[in-house]
Amino acid sequence: MTTVQQGTTAADALAAAHTYAARGAALSKVYGDGDTRVVALDAVDVEFRRGQFTAIMGPSGSGKSTLMHCMAGLDSLTSGRAWIGETEISALDDKGLTRLRRDKVGFIFQAFNLLPTLTALENITLPMDIAGRTPDQAWLDGVIDAVGLRERLRHRPTELSGGQQQRVACARALASRPDIIFADEPTGNLDSRSGASVLSFLRTSVREMGQTVVMVTHDPSAASYADRVLFLADGRIVDEMAAPTADRVLERMKAFDTAGRGATGVI
Amino acid sequence: MWRTTWRSLMAHKLRLAFSGLAIVLGVAFVAGTMIFTDTLNRTFTALFESTAADVSVEPAAAFEEGVNGPSGTTAHLPSALVEQVRAVDGVAGAEGYVQTEGVYVLDRDGDVLDTGGAPGVGVSWFDDRDLSPSELTDGRAPARDGEVALDQATAEEIGYTVGDRVTLLTPGPRIEAEVVGIFTFGEDGGLAGASLTAFELGTAQTLLGLGDGFTGINVLAADGVSHDELRSRVAAAVGRDYDVTTAQEQADEQSAALEEGLSFITVLLTAFAGIALFVGSFIILNTFSMLVAQRTRELALLRALGAGRGQVTRSVLTEALVMGLLGSTLGLLGGFGIASALRALFGSFGLTLDGNLVLSAGTIAWSYAVGVVVTLVAAYLPARRAAATPPVAAMRDDHVAAERSLRRRTLTGSVLAAVGGGALTTSLLADGGGAAQLVGFGGLSLVLAAIALSPVLARPFARSVGAILPRMWGTTGHLARENAQRNPRRTAATASALMVGLALVTAFSILGASTNASVDKLIGTSLRADYVVSTAVGQPFTPEIADRLRAIDEVDAITQERFGQAMLDGQGTLLAAVDPATLDSTVLLDYVDGSSAGLLGRGLVVDEPTADSHGWDVGDTVEMVTATGDTAQLTVGGIFTANQVIAPAVVSLETFTVTGGAELDRYVFVDVADGAGTASVRSAIETAIDPYAVVTLKDRDEFAGEQKGQVDQILMLINALLVLSVLIAVLGIVNTLAMSVLERTREVGLLRAIGMTRAQLRRMVRLESVLISVYGSVLGLGLGALIGVGLSRALSDQGISELVVPGGRLVLFLAIGAVIGVLAAVWPARRAARMQVLDAIATT
Ligand SMILES: Nc1ncnc2c1ncn2[C@@H]1O[C@H](COP(=O)(O)OP(=O)(O)OP(=O)(O)O)[C@@H](O)[C@H]1O
Ligand SMILES: [Mg+2]
Repeated sequence: MTTVQQGTTAADALAAAHTYAARGAALSKVYGDGDTRVVALDAVDVEFRRGQFTAIMGPSGSGKSTLMHCMAGLDSLTSGRAWIGETEISALDDKGLTRLRRDKVGFIFQAFNLLPTLTALENITLPMDIAGRTPDQAWLDGVIDAVGLRERLRHRPTELSGGQQQRVACARALASRPDIIFADEPTGNLDSRSGASVLSFLRTSVREMGQTVVMVTHDPSAASYADRVLFLADGRIVDEMAAPTADRVLERMKAFDTAGRGATGVI
Repeated sequence: MWRTTWRSLMAHKLRLAFSGLAIVLGVAFVAGTMIFTDTLNRTFTALFESTAADVSVEPAAAFEEGVNGPSGTTAHLPSALVEQVRAVDGVAGAEGYVQTEGVYVLDRDGDVLDTGGAPGVGVSWFDDRDLSPSELTDGRAPARDGEVALDQATAEEIGYTVGDRVTLLTPGPRIEAEVVGIFTFGEDGGLAGASLTAFELGTAQTLLGLGDGFTGINVLAADGVSHDELRSRVAAAVGRDYDVTTAQEQADEQSAALEEGLSFITVLLTAFAGIALFVGSFIILNTFSMLVAQRTRELALLRALGAGRGQVTRSVLTEALVMGLLGSTLGLLGGFGIASALRALFGSFGLTLDGNLVLSAGTIAWSYAVGVVVTLVAAYLPARRAAATPPVAAMRDDHVAAERSLRRRTLTGSVLAAVGGGALTTSLLADGGGAAQLVGFGGLSLVLAAIALSPVLARPFARSVGAILPRMWGTTGHLARENAQRNPRRTAATASALMVGLALVTAFSILGASTNASVDKLIGTSLRADYVVSTAVGQPFTPEIADRLRAIDEVDAITQERFGQAMLDGQGTLLAAVDPATLDSTVLLDYVDGSSAGLLGRGLVVDEPTADSHGWDVGDTVEMVTATGDTAQLTVGGIFTANQVIAPAVVSLETFTVTGGAELDRYVFVDVADGAGTASVRSAIETAIDPYAVVTLKDRDEFAGEQKGQVDQILMLINALLVLSVLIAVLGIVNTLAMSVLERTREVGLLRAIGMTRAQLRRMVRLESVLISVYGSVLGLGLGALIGVGLSRALSDQGISELVVPGGRLVLFLAIGAVIGVLAAVWPARRAARMQVLDAIATT
């Protein structure tokens, strides 16, 4: 596990922003108090290098979604600091967070990513439309071709398969060229073939377009598309694996089970 | 299953509140209208039924006079008749009385107390308290000349108490008197705004110039003698010249007359209750459809877990029953609030209703019927659909209930539109009678057609008119437009409520504007007189006024106008009496045949519709029977184009008086010599009428204004009622939007997650709301314009000669429609903006 280089001066922060698309220091998130107190994140230090594809794994309830939500500005931290690029998100108000999500972050949920009233193309350009920006047409064309949806642009979500819908969601996340894309179990609802096409698209966006992607998954073969895997348990990062393969990830996950830590997970 | 139902009720408190609110509102408006109508009837019935006599004797009327028309007679009973009645076996007591209209109490500034059109009535005080409907609350009975008793409401309003001196205007002279007593009238003390002044009998007789005669006799039955029996005996004793009626008969007669007199208001209120019911049912139906649609997944899950179809349906229905009962009860309470509001509203127009609000069993029954039945029906249809959804729907993520086809709607709507359009067109071509009914029928068909077709038209409307939204507001506008056309049935149902209200407002505006323009035109062309002297509401006044005006040098001509009713060749007609010599220089009639000279002698001039219906020509002889039973053979001397300033049939003052007409004027037209100084003449006239505070002087413009003022007042009353129905429509929009926002929680979460600001989200909801309300407004304006034009044309033979479509006002209505949309969106928009992003996304 690498130690996080915390910027102490503005220059350091800028330098860090150059290297890392996003990072967090001592991230803590506590839900409830008293009997219902749950520590979802326990002083997590984490950073996501630009142009890197990171998978996050761990048993159910280990804090994966919480980590992503806090890093993406969808949820507030109990303590700790988080940055997207050079922007410290823990210091932003609701307006600032909204703008950050709109301009700097892409998000792909497990399901229900699209507005049913809009066509695929309108869904893709939605964040830019909301911001009142005109999409970079060349980039947009590239993204659309990469997800292979050119034929389906005028269709509504109900007329698309689950896999196609997730690819539209990927295209939307990419279209505005965010600093980082967070995907929470983007293939969780898909069969393996549709899942594979979404995953390879995400990998392509990292390799060829220089995107930064963070993805939560329970599937070792999905994790094998990533450049590295972070393992979370009980709100802490417990391990990291570079250049993962499905077999190695599976082995590592089994080790969790035998260790009896967070054994409730559906892996 | 019961527990699931209960849990579901508790788990969705917000939804519960919404649908509950819909029921409460719907029921409240129905109950409120019914309570108010009952209260109105009670007050007037009490006014007429407050006679203490078992049997009463009055001069025989040759025919039934409607309460709408002026009575215009001075028929009376000789004093000897009282003795004759007392002598009848079974009579415990009998007393003659005098009663007349046209007695007004002046306040301390010398102005007439405003009774808002209700009569100022003078009566003699009954010495036999068993025969009196009045009850003294202070002081004593008037016992001699120069003493009066006032009804409590009037005394309180002016601030007179026992011992004060008052000035009174009577049909005869103006008199001064001392207030010696204050009394209440009838059981509820309600006079519906009328003022009542009681005199000692002799004084009253003198005032009316009756000598020792009476206008009626009240008779009390001895123990054991039935009223009917007593009536027969008294009738036998007094002969055929007098009408003898029991209290019951009188009450029946008067409430029948009352129904006729109040029919306008009753029809209006019933129509309003209908609208309330319709809009209320809409809201309930709408809400429940959404509610159940939203719960499809939950219900499907129950099905998947083994619940039968019937169980699911029953669970939903039980929920609806509980809510229907609860909502109806609260709605009934709310109805009292609405009835009070209506009472205050009518009060501000001079129709004072005293006493408590009346809650009848009918109101309670209807309230629960409406609340519970509509809710059950509203819940049953979607529940059946929900129960039919396959259990697998629970597993699917975004199960969209299959959209039902709009084919049937299109078909029904088109047929109705064709029928309505046909009826309206026919009414335009049809002449006179029946046209108004055709317009009514056509209008109703068109409203129904619009309701049926509104879902069909919603999408094209949102697409075409809604196209400006994306252009003006970009993505938020685009999303708003898409949301509005997402569920055309819901959009249409929401807009329809507004449509109905606005259609009526528009129709009445056109009718009102056309009426006013017609009044202007009429007065411009037919009123030759420079001034008109009259009371505001056509109350009678003494001919002394005309005499004083005649004495003014600059005055060229005076025409007195009186009104009465008569049977002409067996048909009741409103009759006017004027001076034949001066008529042409004050009121110009447009003669088709003959002239004003035709009034001389026993002459009669009639308007064209009357002449046509009887087939009269100039020179024909017509038999006239007046209310007093006097008859006369009249010769038709002229036929004129129908004219609102005058009655359909006109005779000379002399003919009128000879046949028993009262010598009381209702209008005096004054023509001033050309070249006379306006200001000096006016002040001379004002000085002459100054002692008679009940009448006012109006020049032509002021007279036109007064006539139009009456039209405007009625219009305002109608509009005030309709504003209430528009209000329900607004609440309907709020309800629909709030439910839609709730339904789209996840979308809201998604939009916020990908960077939509709260302000943008609010705007999105607001624009959707405006689009819906503008849709309703446009439909309503279109429908209203058709109905209004049809109605104005249909009434053209009633004197509405002009057709005016007040464009500015219609544009204003459209703008109001848009503003309603903005206002209705405030709360739902705020709710949407307040949603926590993560919670919203996590919502299933
Ligand atoms: N809104 C909340 N209120 C209270 N506790 C919460 C809330 N959201 C999450 N938690 C708790 O925080 C912990 C972490 O939740 P999180 O959703 O991050 O887990 P996860 O790793 O994404 O699990 P899964 O793999 O099942 O999605 C869990 O114990 C969960 O119960
Ligand atoms: Mg999760």
